[in-house]
Amino acid sequence: MKIAVCIKRVPDMDVRFRIAADGTSLDEAGVKFDLNDFDAWAVEAALQLKEKAGSGEVVVLSLGPNAVQETLRKALSMGADRAVHLQADKIPFDGFAIATALAAELKDGAYDLILFGKLAPDSSNGITGTIVAELLDLPCVTAISKLDIANGRGTAKRELEGAQEIVEFPLPAVLTIDEGLNAARYPSLKGIMAAKKKPLESRPAALGEPTVQIEKLDLPPERAAGRIVGEGAAAVPELIRLLQTEAKVL
Amino acid sequence: MANIFAFAEARNGELRKVALENVTAARKLADATGGQVHALLVGAPGIGAKADQLGKHGADVVMVCEHAAFTQYNPEATAALAADRIKTGGFRAALFSTSAQGRDLAPRVAGKLRIGLVSDVTSVELSGDTFTAKHPINIGKVIATVTIAGTPAIVSIRPNTYAPVVNQKPGTVENVTPVGDPSAARVVVKELVTGSAGKLDLAEAPVIIAGGRGLKAAENFKLVEDLADAFGNAAVGATRAITDDGWRPHSDQIGQTGRLVSPELYVAVGISGAVQHLAGMRTSKTIVAINKDKEAPIFKVADYGIVGDVFEIMPVLTAAVKEARKGH
Repeated sequence: MKIAVCIKRVPDMDVRFRIAADGTSLDEAGVKFDLNDFDAWAVEAALQLKEKAGSGEVVVLSLGPNAVQETLRKALSMGADRAVHLQADKIPFDGFAIATALAAELKDGAYDLILFGKLAPDSSNGITGTIVAELLDLPCVTAISKLDIANGRGTAKRELEGAQEIVEFPLPAVLTIDEGLNAARYPSLKGIMAAKKKPLESRPAALGEPTVQIEKLDLPPERAAGRIVGEGAAAVPELIRLLQTEAKVL
Repeated sequence: MANIFAFAEARNGELRKVALENVTAARKLADATGGQVHALLVGAPGIGAKADQLGKHGADVVMVCEHAAFTQYNPEATAALAADRIKTGGFRAALFSTSAQGRDLAPRVAGKLRIGLVSDVTSVELSGDTFTAKHPINIGKVIATVTIAGTPAIVSIRPNTYAPVVNQKPGTVENVTPVGDPSAARVVVKELVTGSAGKLDLAEAPVIIAGGRGLKAAENFKLVEDLADAFGNAAVGATRAITDDGWRPHSDQIGQTGRLVSPELYVAVGISGAVQHLAGMRTSKTIVAINKDKEAPIFKVADYGIVGDVFEIMPVLTAAVKEARKGH
């Protein structure tokens, strides 16, 4: 089983973001970065599939500046076999531009599966994996929370609004991973040591032509300060009154 | 004059509310330039009966494709048909929904057309030659204004941002045939497992009652369900801690890695307000929080807060809501 996992380095969301002087990017000073959660679950899925198959290779890919090598090393320390860094000055916002470069790299890799996280919280598009599948003309199932692979075919579960789809597909395929599929392992000390010696290739990314561009970033208006209506059940009548007369939602 | 393509999502032979929202958004764009709205409706034989709903909400033309292989969502054949229609129709923009289906479909179509797209946009505007959209990034903490240079401009629209507006147009039905054989698709939805009938979904409910760790045990989630029942138009949601512990299915999780919701009213019960959770609900129109800790971050975003014991407050609140809803 040969599996590729495309991963992204994303900022920690637990901060107050500041807009940089150019007005179209964020000030990265003091912002911590880490492997995207959804991508960590994709790496975990790949490692489990390889372990179950008893043999195979897990290759992790990431596109961006040199700092993404740190993210690739993390995936290697979880257990991936080798890494490919596609160099770009920054990670483009346009998912098609990114997908074009990834597809060019993956095209001749003879992968049984190509995995992505379903979404990155920074760009919030959730499109890159699906576009790669289209560019490579591979079957694609998105946002899966359950997966079984047997005899060259897969069955996956997708969460919909108030329902679930059970989806069947042949390999090779592209899958994007939702929360709930697994819990990502933490790198062990042994894994971290081993990762230092694992191969990491780096070459320029052949980005596609972007058509989507950020013109401006703004911070959303702060919510007006709310109020504490009262304490305990005694506050319920006043809350009901406010919901009826002020918020007009009851 | 710019014609706009709108994908009309259906499930199990019924239009989804997002289909009407999409046609409404497309109508606004088309009216800005004197163009037409062409909606695409795909489903099992009989789905064409829903076309008049799309006409009523502003579609000039409804392209209907009926085929037994469209009984369940057929991602590959639907994308092939949508891409073909968009390409041959010369549309200025193509609108999808940021629903589970739309998130799957829109990038397939863009990939086939070899252009970019923007998901989860909260507004779209066409001014002269420039197509602009607003797109929340970094879990909604930053709003990006983006332009799309490609034609067509492809976006998926966040549910609940364009309330359906009745705007009767001809809704002329044009029957279209699939591209290739939709029964030959590689990816096949074998089964659609639906929840309890009549239950409102988080994406469509005007009211959401959500519970967190403050409820202490799985069985106490009944307090949340009871309040939802009292409202009658409410769906139930949960924090990540709750879905991780298996008290509720993952699909009920509201937050950064779960569902993004913006109902008219959001009631947070025993929820402290972690960043992960706030990311999923902070755009709700009115927020009510009930929590024993008056320092909990949820009170910073709540319009109305009650500090106290949820076990004492919830039954009283449920009874009061029932009383207020009498006659509805």
